[in-house]
Amino acid sequence: MRSILTLSLVFSTIRLATPLVWAAIGGLYSERSGVINIALEGLMLAGAFTAAATTYYTHSPWAGLGSAMLAAAFFAFLLAIVCIRFKANEVVAGTGINILFLGLPAVLSGALFLSSGSTPQLPKDELLPEVAQLSVVSLLALLLVFVTQYVLYRTPFGLRLRSVGENPEAADAAGIRVNRLRYTGVVLSGVLAGIGGAYLSIGQSSLFTRNMTAGRGFIALAALIFGKWRPIQTMLACLLFGFADALTIQMQGVAKLPSGEDVPVQFIQMIPYVVTIVVLAGFIGHSRAPGALGVPYDKES
Amino acid sequence: MRLELRNITKRFGAVLANDHLNIVIPSGTIHAIVGENGAGKSTAMRIAYGFYRADSGEILVNDEVREIRAPLDAIALGIGMVHQHFMLVRPMTVTENIVLGAEPGSALALDLKAAAARVRALSEEFKLAVDPDAVIEDLSVGQQQRVELLKALYRKAELLILDEPTAVLTPQEVEEFFAILRRMREQSKTVVIITHKLSEVLAISDNVTVMRDGRVVGNVKTGETDAAALARMMVGREVLLRVEKPPAKPGATALSVRGLSITGRDGARRLDNVSFEVRGGEIVGIAGVEGNGQTELIEALAGLLPESQVSGSIAFGGRDIRALDARRRREAGIAHVPEDRHRRGLLLDFSLAENTILGVHYRPPAVSGAGSVLLNEPAIRHRAELVIREFDVRPPNPALPARALSGGNQQKLIIGREFELPPLLLLISQPTRGVDIGAIEFIHRKIVALRDSGCAVLLVSAELEEVTALADRVLVLHNGRIAGEVDPAAVTHEQIGLLMTGGHA
Amino acid sequence: MTRLRELLFPLIAVLCAFAVGALVVLFIGDSPIETYRLLLGSAFSWPDGIGYTLFFATPLIFTGLAVAVALRGGLLNIGAEGQLYIAAFATAWVGITLSNLPSALLIPLCCLAGIAAGAAWAAIPGILKARFGSHEVINTIMLNFIAVALVGYLTQYHYRTAGDPIMESAPISAAAHIPRLGQFVPGLPARIPLNAAFLLALLSCWLVYVLLWKTKWGYEIRATGQNPSAAEYGGVSIRKEIVLTMAISGALAGMVGINEVMGYRYRYYDGFSDNYGFTGIAVALLGRNHPVGVIAAALLFAVLQRGGVPVDAFTQLVSKDIVLILQALVILFVAAEAMFRRGGRGPGAGGRI
Repeated sequence: MRSILTLSLVFSTIRLATPLVWAAIGGLYSERSGVINIALEGLMLAGAFTAAATTYYTHSPWAGLGSAMLAAAFFAFLLAIVCIRFKANEVVAGTGINILFLGLPAVLSGALFLSSGSTPQLPKDELLPEVAQLSVVSLLALLLVFVTQYVLYRTPFGLRLRSVGENPEAADAAGIRVNRLRYTGVVLSGVLAGIGGAYLSIGQSSLFTRNMTAGRGFIALAALIFGKWRPIQTMLACLLFGFADALTIQMQGVAKLPSGEDVPVQFIQMIPYVVTIVVLAGFIGHSRAPGALGVPYDKES
Repeated sequence: MRLELRNITKRFGAVLANDHLNIVIPSGTIHAIVGENGAGKSTAMRIAYGFYRADSGEILVNDEVREIRAPLDAIALGIGMVHQHFMLVRPMTVTENIVLGAEPGSALALDLKAAAARVRALSEEFKLAVDPDAVIEDLSVGQQQRVELLKALYRKAELLILDEPTAVLTPQEVEEFFAILRRMREQSKTVVIITHKLSEVLAISDNVTVMRDGRVVGNVKTGETDAAALARMMVGREVLLRVEKPPAKPGATALSVRGLSITGRDGARRLDNVSFEVRGGEIVGIAGVEGNGQTELIEALAGLLPESQVSGSIAFGGRDIRALDARRRREAGIAHVPEDRHRRGLLLDFSLAENTILGVHYRPPAVSGAGSVLLNEPAIRHRAELVIREFDVRPPNPALPARALSGGNQQKLIIGREFELPPLLLLISQPTRGVDIGAIEFIHRKIVALRDSGCAVLLVSAELEEVTALADRVLVLHNGRIAGEVDPAAVTHEQIGLLMTGGHA
Repeated sequence: MTRLRELLFPLIAVLCAFAVGALVVLFIGDSPIETYRLLLGSAFSWPDGIGYTLFFATPLIFTGLAVAVALRGGLLNIGAEGQLYIAAFATAWVGITLSNLPSALLIPLCCLAGIAAGAAWAAIPGILKARFGSHEVINTIMLNFIAVALVGYLTQYHYRTAGDPIMESAPISAAAHIPRLGQFVPGLPARIPLNAAFLLALLSCWLVYVLLWKTKWGYEIRATGQNPSAAEYGGVSIRKEIVLTMAISGALAGMVGINEVMGYRYRYYDGFSDNYGFTGIAVALLGRNHPVGVIAAALLFAVLQRGGVPVDAFTQLVSKDIVLILQALVILFVAAEAMFRRGGRGPGAGGRI
């Protein structure tokens, strides 16, 4: 009994960490190139809504997944233009994207499905397939982490991406097109966050609901910071947050106060957010952000 | 490689940085480009390297017109550049930095081993002694500069542009560096060196181009000119190369530092058991290569470092001030002109008037009365007008944002503000960095006048000339310690240089 | 001249946002003209249109000021949403528990409770930043989630009237009610919830203006925001300023509760905020972090909010969430303002991190 509980906790942790890993690794490509991506939340929502809507019309989760990647990439590209071309404050612009995706899915679902913010329920056989109780997206997340590790440290692209995020002037002097790499980084973050969002709506559940990411984009960002902008550490941070979440779910209705009453659900809900704050307060001191993070590159200033 | 700039013009907003420039750099020579700060030297060479694009004009490489739109184009043509601020990615290794942008191996696999071998070979060929696997932030400034040279050589540069390469080097390191440049010339490479140090121009170059106000005002063979003639061309008039000052009349001890040590945030020792005094009416100069503890020393004295990082005693006017914060120290009469005016000294988007009260903004006359929180705008304006008049700040409009001023005028504004305190001790770092010659003379006269009024002055400057010309006593800092004290009137630059590198005079 | 141009850019940004919004409406197959007529047209009728618009503007002025003050101090407060929830609950809590006090005491106490609670909640990320260097953006976002859960818990378990199916607290004492403006303005019926908090909002704008530009405290806040190293050099304690600025920001956000609890519902109502905290970001940016600009921008978004209801009711396909899209677009266009300037160079946004 106890061991089954533990195993289910492991699976639950992996499931809950999956969208975080996709979004956080997405954020890594953006932030390693020097662009703060606080829009992960909105980009996940973009992916989640597009995936659910496309799957509803095409009956293919793969089409849903692909369209989610495209849609989130498109809005990441918009964010990139605003931040790179027009040198907007990246946090402000990212907040704009986040608010956009509080409204846009609601307006679209109102027009398409005459509902206020959710898509129709999808049948189980139209969801992303599972292997050994885990979604393929979860398994691919693991692959993503190791591919990213390789790309970042063992390819010219990774070397250039890191140099652009650390010292864009030096990269420019070495003949690297700084802004092109930054666009690439931000758009990649959109693609990956879009997959994370699609997993929420056509993997973990079977429809899109209003604001269904519920802060996961921000938790992913926190995991990225906690993981010191490195792929494997970031994945471990995501697993930690996923574990906190899994524990939360298992504790509901189980954990009792000394008085014998249930622990109020609100306190359980707070756990991941409190953990994030504690973790950031304790560890950011040792964590060094990419040198040029948040600084637009303007060679003539 | 022969490089020619023909009729190059470049504007930044209202500023005409390059005005129909014509410069010819013959192949296989060392060519110096000299001029004051803001004369347009760096802009011209950044255009040649593709960092900026000229508004009009053309660039010829080996007598052919070439489009250089980005550094990549320049690199492909065999042009390399070492910038004044090194273009190195600090957390990455030497090899990673050198191959950046020209990586060996395929797009899917970076071959760093082969690259490291080539870097090692090049390093040996030019006697540069650089470890390919070291991380940049662990290297000394001189080593970093050699990494920059390697970067250009790795890409088979035939023409190398060096922007103020000696600013960060000791006199001895400069000699070694010049030896490297001569070796490169022997291998028929072309070298362009941008500098404002006339002695170095005469020592190393074959030809000199002199620039002033964005224009070329002279092209001469080095052998046919001298320092005075070059200086005249640079400034457009006769210049005083020495500061006129009467002998100091030192009074009572103002500042007494005993056993001062400073630990950085990273735990490294920045200053190690330093003791000295500064008396009223004298200027004590601190010489040394930048990064040997000068910044930390001044910040510690100004109260800008956390107490936990500082140990030892600092007495001012006979009382221990270690526990006082920056505000209390200023109240006690310690003024501070910081080394980096943009980082520390100014609020660039605030008006000149608002900038003249920084540090005294909380007390009369900046506020209406003791205990008042309301700013007294007429009084602030009055103070600003006073500073602007006394220090000849131009344009003289207190409502302008500080950003709108030239470097020299910004510096005069800061110095004027600090002189208004009025100070009993002035801490002044790099007082004339990035300032034109006219303003340099003005600032030097003001500092001497302040000394003669009885104020104690502690001066830090990376310009050896400035320290020896202004100071009455000179302390040399090396590696966080005082390597020696010298009399500026009786010492040669070589002797100071030896102390700066840890040797003995 | 330059002043006029500074006004021009936000205006262009708003027009661009509306143009893109129109494309969205067209895309889903409805009429942009009809949508905008409903969105903007219902705001100017007397008394309902104007009364409700000013009522909706009140919380946005508070949150816009909150974000603006923080940005002036170099901080991005994305936590106004959480701060106003905590504050509104604190206001209600005093109104419920000290119900025996007379109005003359209870009203100021309720106000102070909200202001103090907002300030304290905002001071948490301030302290975390000053003490540990952890970034206020992430922490304010996390604290939003925590605030919502916390007041939800308090409402559900401790302050709900037994048997009430709605997540709301017991009513506050009648002595804590503040007057509706309908009691003083002829022609304005008392059913319109526009209340004295609106006047408090205008007063706050004036106070913030004086604070920021006429006092030494404001000088220190702005200096810290513009260049913390230089401010430190000028004898300003950066850590103290970070906490102080966040607290002032939170106090302003907290005043939303006065409008909501003491002037409108007379109780704490769970989830009452219609994204006021986030809209405050758009209000501050559009208003160029200046109190006068904040009033103008708050009015604009209030008009849209007021117009959202008829859009929901009278268009076939568009929902009132179009207002969120417009807000987001305004933020993006204001942030990317450089696109409207010659040469594409921006003024450098405030609150750079």
